[in-house]
Amino acid sequence: MTEIPLTHILILSSLLFIIGFVGVVVRRNTLFMLMSLEVMLNAVGVAFIGAGSVWQEADGQIMFILILTLAAAEVAVGLALLIRMQRRYRTLDIDVLNQMKG
Amino acid sequence: MSLLASLPLYPLLSFLILVSYGKRLSWGVASWISVGSMAAAALCSIFLVNQLSTSDTTVITAYMWQWFSVGSAKVNISFYLDALSAVMILVVTGVGFLIHLFAAIYMKSDENFSRFMAYMNLFIVAMLVLVLADNLVLLYLGWEGVGLCSFLLIGFWYKEKSNVLAARKAFIITRIGDTAMAIGLFLLFKSLASLNIADINQLAQTTESFTLISMNATHSDAYWAALLLLGGAVGKSAQLPLQTWLPDAMAGPTPISALIHAATMVTAGVYLIARMNGVFLMTPEVMNYVAWLGGITLLLAGVAALAQNDIKRVLAYSTMSQIGYMMLALGAGAWSAGVFHLMTHAFFKALLFLTAGAVILALHHQQDLFKMGGLLKKLPVEATLFLIGLACLIALPGTSGFFSKEAIIASLWSSPTAGPSLWWCAILGALLTSIYSCRLFFLAFLGKSRFPETLVPSDHIENNKLLRGALFILALLSLLGGLVTVDLSSLFLSYKQSIANSYESPSWLHVTAIATPFVGIIFSWFYYKNYRVISDESVVASQSTFVVFCRNGLGFDTLYGALLIKPYCFVARLNRKDLFDQTLMLTAWYVRIWRDVLSVSQNGSLRWFAAAFGLSMVGLICVVIL
Repeated sequence: MTEIPLTHILILSSLLFIIGFVGVVVRRNTLFMLMSLEVMLNAVGVAFIGAGSVWQEADGQIMFILILTLAAAEVAVGLALLIRMQRRYRTLDIDVLNQMKG
Repeated sequence: MSLLASLPLYPLLSFLILVSYGKRLSWGVASWISVGSMAAAALCSIFLVNQLSTSDTTVITAYMWQWFSVGSAKVNISFYLDALSAVMILVVTGVGFLIHLFAAIYMKSDENFSRFMAYMNLFIVAMLVLVLADNLVLLYLGWEGVGLCSFLLIGFWYKEKSNVLAARKAFIITRIGDTAMAIGLFLLFKSLASLNIADINQLAQTTESFTLISMNATHSDAYWAALLLLGGAVGKSAQLPLQTWLPDAMAGPTPISALIHAATMVTAGVYLIARMNGVFLMTPEVMNYVAWLGGITLLLAGVAALAQNDIKRVLAYSTMSQIGYMMLALGAGAWSAGVFHLMTHAFFKALLFLTAGAVILALHHQQDLFKMGGLLKKLPVEATLFLIGLACLIALPGTSGFFSKEAIIASLWSSPTAGPSLWWCAILGALLTSIYSCRLFFLAFLGKSRFPETLVPSDHIENNKLLRGALFILALLSLLGGLVTVDLSSLFLSYKQSIANSYESPSWLHVTAIATPFVGIIFSWFYYKNYRVISDESVVASQSTFVVFCRNGLGFDTLYGALLIKPYCFVARLNRKDLFDQTLMLTAWYVRIWRDVLSVSQNGSLRWFAAAFGLSMVGLICVVIL
């Protein structure tokens, strides 16, 4: 098995992170924002796994499992909020929720 | 505690009770407390005066405590009762008691009755402090106290804007005089190192530097001190040039006009000058100014009174004119005649105001003379009482006003600080007095009735007997008050150096003075014929330019408005944006701009926050790495 260089893994990870971030900022639909958040979390996961495999350590994989659990919990709360939002505002447009102005 | 020290305590106690319980007190309780306290004070002062006149001592003092001390001079809270303040406390508590009695009935239906009586009591406290004070600082405390009560009571019906404006005007104009007086006190303290009144009168005679004109000054300290004290007196006593507040002060309830703006407070200026006679005697020039001020004021006020339509404003101008007589007497050095006139004037002017109040009450609060007429038949008792008051005012022989006014006029011709020209002023003033009094009586009580509605029947007013009782006592005092000879001449100092008197009194002086009022009555009997005869001719107020000019107080209000108020408001408006303001506003603008910038960033949009968060994270990392 050929070694994948760490730089490639990190480039992939940061590309995924940027795509996720841009998704969070650009998308107005809250569901897609949540999905973009997942992409960002997974980008971090890729970075951990890659680093773990390069240094032959199990810590990276354990960390990824932690992140996965966190993501699951976060999505559970996020989706519940989405349902409330849909019920209340009949839309998932995040810009509707802008009452908390300075 | 001595009786003298407790004298102001009765009204003070009543004031405190009325103020703390306010509207919870019923009419009966509130009036019992306030009128009762005044009765106690009146009895107390009669007892004191009796004690003073029977004992050998000429002075009763009461020391309470030391207020403060400046250098070696001590300012005490202590009272000083001599013949002059004895006359004043008799007037203040005696007339004050009768007016309280009247006011309790007059104001019965007012919803703020207890507040009214509380202010009246407070006024009496302040007035007693003023007349009993043994030093000028305590006197000033009372002086400001009566000014405050005057302000509160003129604006008593504060829901009407004109009343509030009148109160404000009275307060501000008297404040001008008070400021002059305060400066005068400082000057006296600086040059005589004492504030005790008796000491000042003594020191003014003996301290040479006080009367000496120093090297590069045109006048001595005594001149300036007397002039500044005169300023205070002029403001309080509504003399030229600070007289414009008094006619407007008639906006207050009628008992207030009787108590404050006729009998007691406005005569405080006269009291002040009489009290400080030692200072005034050192400067004959200022005495001359006092006499001229009084003389001019009594003429101008007499002319203005001729053109008034409002019954209370006629009386207000008449008060001004009578105080002019008192000032004239003081200026001429006839101290005791001036104080005597102060006393008799308090009696008959209180009677006139209160009777006018009773008439106004019967006429459903109509004050316009041209809407009265023919009241002699409808209100015979009030008409008689009013006639008695007017007889005293125009000094018909035998009444109290006659004795006091003749005493003043008799002293003028030969006085070194007055002289024949002021004598003629006084005679002309007496003529004017009798003419406007006749006009007032004819318009209100004779002629055809011009009042369309039916009068409030007198037995409708509850406690009418008590109301009339107060008036009868005042009428009695006005008629017989002249028989009490008030001889205060031992109290006052006389001229230090005899100033050469160039005027010999001719023999016809007294005859002329006594005849003048009758000339006025005869003149108005014919001149105001249409006012007194019942005919079909309608009686209307003249609208000619001159009459309107006189009715508006001879244009003083307009003059002051154009000369002082408009420029002041203009400068104030300009000054709103001066440099200091701009500097201060700069800070405000700075804060405001940042607030705007920062509040734009808080737009509540989640995506915006996320972007800002991410970008600043990137920026931070860049900074750390590079």
